[in-house]
Amino acid sequence: MDDSEAEDRADALFHALADRTRRDILRRVLVGEHSVTALAAKYEMSFAAVQKHVAVLERAGLVTKRRSGREHLATGEVEAVRSVASMLGELEEVWRGRVARIDELLATEEKARIDKGE
Amino acid sequence: MPVTDVQHDVDNLTLTITAEFAAPAERVWQVYADPRQLERVWGPPSHPATFVDHDLRPGGRVTYYMTGPEGEKYCGWWEVKTVDEPREFTFEDGFADEDFNPLPDMPVSHNTYTFSDIDGRTRATFVGRYASAEALQKVLDMGIIEGATSAINQIDELLAA
Repeated sequence: MDDSEAEDRADALFHALADRTRRDILRRVLVGEHSVTALAAKYEMSFAAVQKHVAVLERAGLVTKRRSGREHLATGEVEAVRSVASMLGELEEVWRGRVARIDELLATEEKARIDKGE
Repeated sequence: MPVTDVQHDVDNLTLTITAEFAAPAERVWQVYADPRQLERVWGPPSHPATFVDHDLRPGGRVTYYMTGPEGEKYCGWWEVKTVDEPREFTFEDGFADEDFNPLPDMPVSHNTYTFSDIDGRTRATFVGRYASAEALQKVLDMGIIEGATSAINQIDELLAA
């Protein structure tokens, strides 16, 4: 895959997750396979709208679909979701750095007080 | 190790860090109340922070910039929402241009910092929330963290696999 293709797929992933309904659909299909009809029953929107949301998730690689008779069954892709968790992991590093520096700041002060014999 | 717990909430794009400090809550609060102390902990060592405005009161504005190794400047703002000294404050944190005008297309995080006193020690809880995965990614792309690009690289690899 060339760079721009990879970028396009990353764009699709973030676009897909930016919508509340799509995140909710994703949560359901991560637990187990759902037919699009069963999913549509959960939301106050048209079957076509839910179908569109599932298609966006599918294009982003977050969901895969298979046909079973007349039904389309959707399943969540755990690995793709993990990549979002890894973004929070990156942010965690910022926090660990900040917390370590607060700790150092407090320790310097404590040491200064002991050195002064307080 | 002062960090005692980390919670990643992928659904709500929330990161919750819990830490314990060997000082009373009043003292930890002072780190945030005093801009000279705050700048020692806010930016990573490679990108030291400088606070320009610092008004830690409800509705108050805080502005800062971080300076990178090549002299590049990353400006940010806070809007302080609620203050309950020395137990809790909440604020929004966003990006700004060099004149500290908020950048409207950049993500804003919603933060709640809580400090509770436990026998002279402090348990601090830092909660940060982003509106979308796109917002979170933008923050990482802004270089808020050294090496943050590894996250997007991982995704590309994953998608390529």
